[in-house]
Amino acid sequence: MDFTYSIWILLLPLISFLVIGLPEFVNKKYSWSHKTAGLIGTCSLGLVTVLSYYTAFQYFTADRLADGTFATFVPYNVTWLPLGHLHFDLGVLLDPISVMMLIVISTVSLMVHIYSFGYMHGEKGFQRYYAFLSLFTMSMLGLVLATNIFQMYMFWELVGVSSYLLIGFYYTLHAAVHASKKAFIVTRFADMFFLIGILIFGYYTGSYNFSFTGTEIAYGAGASAFTVADSARALAAGGMILPTALVLMFIGGAGKSAMFPLHIWLPDAMEGPTPVSALIHAATMVVAGVFQIARLFPVWIEYAPQALEVVVIVGAFTAFYAAAVACAQSDIKRVLAFSTISQIAFMMVALGVCLPGHHGAALDNHAQLGYMASMFHLFTHAMFKACLFLGAGCIIHAVHSNEMSAMGGLRKYMPITHITFLISCLAIAGIPFFSGFSSKDEIITACFEYSPLCGWWMTGVAAMTAFYMFRLYYGIFWGTENKELHAHHTPHEAPVTMTFPLVFLSIVTVGVGVVTTLGGFCDWSWASFGSIVSAAGTAYTVHFDPQVAATSTVIAILSIALATYIYKGEKQPIADKLYATFPRLHRWAYKRFYMDEVYQFVTHKILFRYVSRPVQWIDEKIINGLIDFTAWGANEAGETIRPWQSGDVRQYAVWFITGTVALTLLLLCL
Amino acid sequence: MVPVECYFVLSALLFFIGVYGFVTRRNLIAMLVSIELVLNAVDLNFAAFNRLLFPGEFEGFFMTLFSIGVSAAESAVAIAIIINVYRNFHSDQVNSIENMKY
Repeated sequence: MDFTYSIWILLLPLISFLVIGLPEFVNKKYSWSHKTAGLIGTCSLGLVTVLSYYTAFQYFTADRLADGTFATFVPYNVTWLPLGHLHFDLGVLLDPISVMMLIVISTVSLMVHIYSFGYMHGEKGFQRYYAFLSLFTMSMLGLVLATNIFQMYMFWELVGVSSYLLIGFYYTLHAAVHASKKAFIVTRFADMFFLIGILIFGYYTGSYNFSFTGTEIAYGAGASAFTVADSARALAAGGMILPTALVLMFIGGAGKSAMFPLHIWLPDAMEGPTPVSALIHAATMVVAGVFQIARLFPVWIEYAPQALEVVVIVGAFTAFYAAAVACAQSDIKRVLAFSTISQIAFMMVALGVCLPGHHGAALDNHAQLGYMASMFHLFTHAMFKACLFLGAGCIIHAVHSNEMSAMGGLRKYMPITHITFLISCLAIAGIPFFSGFSSKDEIITACFEYSPLCGWWMTGVAAMTAFYMFRLYYGIFWGTENKELHAHHTPHEAPVTMTFPLVFLSIVTVGVGVVTTLGGFCDWSWASFGSIVSAAGTAYTVHFDPQVAATSTVIAILSIALATYIYKGEKQPIADKLYATFPRLHRWAYKRFYMDEVYQFVTHKILFRYVSRPVQWIDEKIINGLIDFTAWGANEAGETIRPWQSGDVRQYAVWFITGTVALTLLLLCL
Repeated sequence: MVPVECYFVLSALLFFIGVYGFVTRRNLIAMLVSIELVLNAVDLNFAAFNRLLFPGEFEGFFMTLFSIGVSAAESAVAIAIIINVYRNFHSDQVNSIENMKY
């Protein structure tokens, strides 16, 4: 099959970035008008979306290979930097997860492009915004299409930069500048471990490829699949090198995916424009860490299955922590940010709970159900969380505030936003016939297979999710209306450019939900996400475990009922009473359990004082002193020699003659 | 027949008078004259040594003639410089052009 056109999926956003960005950055007087800039970005993204859908259609409708898996295509692979037997390649790799990610990224990105027409209307720096959106989309697509870890790392850093640029979009606001710096520094710090992991991996295995057993992957000439596989097996038998490398890479992924304790940048990143939060900090970039583990999944499961326990522990704790914090936040974007952290942790846990395969096979659909569940949740979460964020954007657009206190009773004013928000809330809560149910149910099933403790823990977190999402929903659309504020400025429904993406994404959520829920109960193989992505690559039909499905549905409904009971009314006596009874607990959760203060303490009081200061002293006194000494010496020498050059010819003559005579005498004496 | 040492003594005298004049005079013309004295001392040496060491040969004399020719050209250039200095600095004193070192 011919996928050579797939390079345009990367080139189109790059071109639109340059076309919109260059006039803007070279000289403002050449800038495009707002409308033109937006249209260029949206049209090129539209083309990318069409190409991605076409690729997905071609890819998934093609015949499977003899062993039941989809063929992997590498339409492009260029050796970019050869280093002895190691080489860094750049190329395009199409396999089930990268094609699935193509759909997620292009869909959400297109929706955000359309939405931004309304949301950013008349905003200063509109062209810059669209240029950066294109840059981000290009980087994210490059990340998922990477043929090797090094290319992935390059695009990984590029998405970090675009995230930095977009968080700091309102660069005149102090908070935005702070947030962008925080996001960049925290993720960079984590990426340092990622790089170390990559280097260890490359050094010991002799390859940056994702799979060393990849005889089915047609890498270019000189690929030594057998020797690499052999050396890797020897390493796995002999030591801890591969687990160490993988765990180091996981730290990088944890930074990008905001796992505890590297999550602190994500809530602050909400300072960026809301569509950016939807695209980067909910749907695509923050799942890069999950995608990274999924990419290296065959390596994890074959050479470091015990290290997956780290992923489970980090993920399970983060899921609980973020859910607890989300219950107490009052800024709607912060609630969504913590909910994102919690949901990504679900995906992490799902990957971590994969068990080594039965019957001697490394990859096994059944033992590694979590892999499929994680990718499925990534897909559904991207859709409904983007919808939630874009809905939050409409609300903020209407009431000009992020605080829940400024909202309440908005259902009358914003019917479309209300319905789509409700659909997404039901999806994230895990109600059957909404997409979140099918994916979350698979994750919890996988957790129960791993250990009952893990299963109940994640069920508990899912219950908290349903609770805080409905607390948010009632806080915005029901509850006490802020009449004073609303009389002053009546909230209104957002324009069509903003409501269309909401409707589209909620249709996807409901459509996927209905099909996969029915499919899961009736064992329809075509309606199963496992038919496109599964651990072993062969078709896998999802079959709901009735016990788990019933438990999680009942628990979700109970949590929603509890939230309704507490937060729906005009007056909220129970909520007030709870605040009064546990003021300290509420305060701790509201302050995110003081994690930012812990970081502040560690960096300012310990690192700055006991590391940075001595280093600064060495730099200022010793290194700088050495340079200053050299400069002083040269200066002094110059000052000494300078008077000799008097300009008096006769004096020169005296010196000359004296020298000549002295030299002559010397020669004579010798 | 003048003894050959007399030529050397004369040449040495001329040389050191020239050096002395070059170092002590401030007038550019006087310094040029001193340089000419030094050159003449050298020419005289050439002739005298030729006569002393290689009688019947003429290389030394030719060298002397050549040197006289060069020194004539050199004085022409030097005088041109001096005239230019005088025009630009309105002075023929050597210390008036000290800032030419820059």
